[in-house]
Amino acid sequence: MTTRSARRNRRSTRTLQVAAVGAAALLALSACSSSDDKADSSDTTKSSSSSSPKLSGTVTVFAAASLKESFTALGQQFEKEHPGTKVTFSFGGSDSLAASITGGAPADVFAAASPKTMAIVTDKGDAATAPATFVRNQLEIATLPGNPHKVASLKDLTKSGLKVVLCDKTVPCGAAAQKALDASKLKLTPVSYEQDVKSALTKVELKEADAAVVYKTDVKAAGDKVEGVEFPESADAINDYPIALLKDAPNSAAAKAFIALVQSADGQKVLTDAGFLKPTS
Amino acid sequence: MTPSDPSAAPADTLTDGPRRGRGRTPGRVRGGTPLPLLVPALVGLAFLLLPLVALLIRAPWRSLPDQLAKPEVWQALRLSLFSATAATAVSLVLGVPLAWLLARTRFPGRGLVRALVTLPLVLPPVVGGVALLLALGRNGVVGRLLDTWFGITLPFTTAGVVVAEAFVAMPFLVISVEGTLRAADPRYEEAAMTLGASRFTAFRRVTLPLIAPGIAAGSVLAWARALGEFGATITFAGNFPGRTQTMPLAVYLALQSDPDAAIALSLVLLLVSVAVLAGLRDRWMTAAS
Amino acid sequence: MTEAHEAHPARTAEPTDKDTAGDPTGTNTDVGPTGTDTTGDPTGTDTGLDARLVVRRGTFLLDVELAAAPGEVVALLGPNGAGKTTALRALAGLTPLSEGGRLRLDGAALDRTPPEARPVGVVFQDYLLFPHLSALDNVAFGPRCQGVPKAEARAQAAVWLERMGLAEFAGTRPRRLSGGQAQRVAVARALATRPRLLLLDEPLAALDARTRLDVRAQLRHHLADFEAVAVLVTHDPLDAMVLADRLVVVEDGRVVQEGGPSDIARRPRTDYIAQLVGLNLYRGEAEGHTVALEAGPAITTTERLDGPVFVAFPPGAVTLHRDRPTGSSARNLWQCRVAGLETHGDQIRVALTGELPLAADLTTVAAAELGLHAGAPVWATVKAAQTHAYPA
Repeated sequence: MTTRSARRNRRSTRTLQVAAVGAAALLALSACSSSDDKADSSDTTKSSSSSSPKLSGTVTVFAAASLKESFTALGQQFEKEHPGTKVTFSFGGSDSLAASITGGAPADVFAAASPKTMAIVTDKGDAATAPATFVRNQLEIATLPGNPHKVASLKDLTKSGLKVVLCDKTVPCGAAAQKALDASKLKLTPVSYEQDVKSALTKVELKEADAAVVYKTDVKAAGDKVEGVEFPESADAINDYPIALLKDAPNSAAAKAFIALVQSADGQKVLTDAGFLKPTS
Repeated sequence: MTPSDPSAAPADTLTDGPRRGRGRTPGRVRGGTPLPLLVPALVGLAFLLLPLVALLIRAPWRSLPDQLAKPEVWQALRLSLFSATAATAVSLVLGVPLAWLLARTRFPGRGLVRALVTLPLVLPPVVGGVALLLALGRNGVVGRLLDTWFGITLPFTTAGVVVAEAFVAMPFLVISVEGTLRAADPRYEEAAMTLGASRFTAFRRVTLPLIAPGIAAGSVLAWARALGEFGATITFAGNFPGRTQTMPLAVYLALQSDPDAAIALSLVLLLVSVAVLAGLRDRWMTAAS
Repeated sequence: MTEAHEAHPARTAEPTDKDTAGDPTGTNTDVGPTGTDTTGDPTGTDTGLDARLVVRRGTFLLDVELAAAPGEVVALLGPNGAGKTTALRALAGLTPLSEGGRLRLDGAALDRTPPEARPVGVVFQDYLLFPHLSALDNVAFGPRCQGVPKAEARAQAAVWLERMGLAEFAGTRPRRLSGGQAQRVAVARALATRPRLLLLDEPLAALDARTRLDVRAQLRHHLADFEAVAVLVTHDPLDAMVLADRLVVVEDGRVVQEGGPSDIARRPRTDYIAQLVGLNLYRGEAEGHTVALEAGPAITTTERLDGPVFVAFPPGAVTLHRDRPTGSSARNLWQCRVAGLETHGDQIRVALTGELPLAADLTTVAAAELGLHAGAPVWATVKAAQTHAYPA
C-alpha cells in the first residue's frame, strides 16, 4: 500500500509541478482524506507506556526513497509506542518531495537524501528546525551475482564492453558517483543515466547492465540478486541524510517525537542494519 | 452477401453520394447550439487547455533563450522526433496487417486477441518497460536469443527507444485502423477479387487506399503517443543523452534540479508537436476525405 | 474471348430469336433436366455454363440448376430473399458451394477455383466502383491484375469506355459520375477482364425511373454483343424480360419456373409470377369450356380442356359495374368488394375481394365515374375470349 501511494504521489506531483496548477490542492486533498478519519477515530483515553505528553493523530513523513524499508519499520515501532497515532509516508525522489513541500504539501517531517535537496526546503523557509544529519550513506558497486566480470575497483568499471549504469547527475546518487569519479580522475561512460537509484539497481537485477554505482543500503536491500563491491573512492562522496521538522507541520508534537525516534539508539540500530552509516558528529 | 434487396441499395451513398450535394457550408453554425452540449463542451475545452495556459504563464521567458541555446535540448528533440517517427513506421508495418486480421478474418479466440492488443493501453508504461526488458532484454526470453544469434541487444540503444515507443503507440493505430476497416465495405475487396486480384492485391490496391484516412488518423495518434512516451522508454532503453534521452526524459530529469529548464523543454516539445500535428492534419485529413 | 469484342454489332438478331426457340423445356418446373450429368467430362468440348448451385446456410437451402449456352442471357427472377444473390455469389466464387453443388464453365470445373482465378466478371448491384480510382483506372484494374502492363491496360480501358460512350469521363472519379454512367463503367470494368461468364446483380435497381429506360436499352445492346454466358439477377420482371433470353424463376431457394420471357408472361405457374407479370391467375379443374376454380366460382374459357389447368387473364380484361349488368354478354360475372386502389401511371389498379379475388385496371375517369372507394361493392365481368387456360 505504501509503495503504491508513494509512486502515485511522486508521479502526480511531477506532472502537476510542470503544470504548476493545483498541485498543492490535490496533495492537500489526498493527505487530508487519510488524516481526518484517523484523527476522528483515535482513542486518546487509552493509556500508553510512554510518559511524554499524549500524542495522537497522523504524522506525515516525506522521506527519500532509499529510506523506505527502515522508515517503514520505524513507523510501525512509533505507532506501537504511541497508540492512537499513525505514521503516513510518502517516499520518493528527494527533489520532487522537496518540490511538493515548497509547493504547499502538508507534511510534518522531511528526511532528504542530500543536504542539497534539504536546502531547497530550508531556503524557502519551510523548515521549523535546523536540519540534522541522522545517517549517512556510502556508495557501493552493485555487480551481477558472483561478480562474473571481476569488478574490484571503480577503475574496473571503465573497462570497455562493460555495461555500467549510473544515476543521473541531477539525483543525489548520481551526483555522489560523479564526485567519486572526479576525485579519482576517472572517465566513465555509462550506458544510461537512470532517473533514480532503484532504477539503476533494477537494471543490474534484471542483468541488463553489468554493474551500477548505488548506495550500500540498496545493495543490502536487493539481497542476493546483486553482489556489492566496496571501493575506497566512495569515502569522497558520502551522502549526509538530513531530517527536519517542517514549519507548517499539522502535527508538530508527534513529528518531533518521530524525529527523536529516528535519532535514538533504537532508530539508529534499524538504520545501520539497513546499511546506513552513523553520522560523524 | 445479403440477398438482393432493391430498396436498400446502401452503397448509393458510396458510389454517387455527392450528387446530393455533400457540400458542407463552411462555418455555418446553426443558430441554437443546445446549452446542455455547449456548457460541458466549453468546460471540457478549458479543462484541456488550462494546464497548457498555466505552463505558458509560468514559463521562464527571460531565461528561455539561454535554456534553448543548450545543444542538449536540440539533441533530445531530434532524437524524440526521429524515434517517434520510426516507432510510427514500425506500428504501420506491423499494425495495419494486424488490424486487417482482426477486422476481416475469423479465427478462434479473436475476441481475446483483440483485448490483448489493447493491453499496452492499460498497462502502466513503467510496467510495460519492465515487461519489455523481460522479453527483449539482454537476458530476456527472446532478447537472449537475439543476443546470442545476432549479437543484438536492444536496451540502452536508440532502437530500444523505438521498440518501447512502438509498444505503447501501436495499439492506438491498430484500434483506429480496425475501426475504419470495419466501417469500410468489404465488398470492395470482393469486387477486386472478381476482377482477378488476389486477396493481398485487393488489400493493397483497394482496401488500403479506402482506409487511408483511418490509417492517417491512427498514425497521428500513435506518433503523438510515441512522442510523449516516458515510462516504458526510460525503463527499457535507459537515459543517455543523444542516444536514448528523448524530450520527456530530459524534461523529467531537468525537473529534478532545474524546474525552469523543464518548463522550457516542455514548451519546445509542445510547440513542435502542435506544429507537426496541425500540419499533418491539414495535409492528410483533407486530402483523404 | 478474343476478337469478338472488336467485332461489335453483328449478332443483334440472334438473341431475340432464342426468345421463342431457345427453350424446349420451358414449362418444365422440375429441377434437373433430362439426366445429362456432365460430372466427369474432361474433353473440354462442351461450352457454356452448367451448374447446380447448392448453398446451405442455416435453415436456408439454395438448390438451383442452371445451364446456359454461350451468347445466352439468363435472368434469375424472384422475390427478395429467394436466394438469387446467393446464387450469383456462388457463381462468382464469393460464397462456396455446399455438398452436392457443381459448377462447370466451358468444360472446366470451377467448384474449387478461387474467385480471382475464375473467368467471371461481376457487375454489382451498387457497382462498387473503387472510389479512389478514376473511371479509366477502374476499368484497367482487371487487366492490370491479369498481368497486362500498365500502359496497355489503360489503353484497353480507354477502348472500353469509348465503346460505352464514356470516353470523356475517363479521368472522372466514380463519385462524380451519374448513376447511369457509373453503371456503364461497372459493365465496362467487368467486361474488360474478358470473362466467359458475366454476372449482373440487379443492374438497374439503383437507377431512377428516367435513366433506367436508357440504361436498360444500352445494357440490352451490350449483352446482345456479349459472346459468352451472361446471368442476371433481378426482381423486376420488365428488366428480366427485356434483357434476358430465358428466365429462371426462383422462389425460396428453388426453381419454380423456367422459360422464355413471353412464355412465362403468358403462362405463369405461381401467384408470384402472375402478380409479377400483372395477371390474374387461378388453378382449377377444367371440363370443356368451364373451369371450376379452387377459389370457388367457375369460369368460362375459350380453350377446351379437361383436367387440372391454370386460368389467367390480365387486369385490363376486367370490367367493373356499379350495378349488376343486365344485358352484358359476359359469362363471367362476380360480385366483389373493393379492397384497395393503387395508381399505376394513368391507370388505377383495383384490388377486389369477394366471390373471386382479382385485380382490375381502369382509367382514372372510369374509376371516378364508378365512385370507387375501399369497401364499395362492385360487379366484375371478364369476357371468355380474354381468358387463357393451359394445363397445370
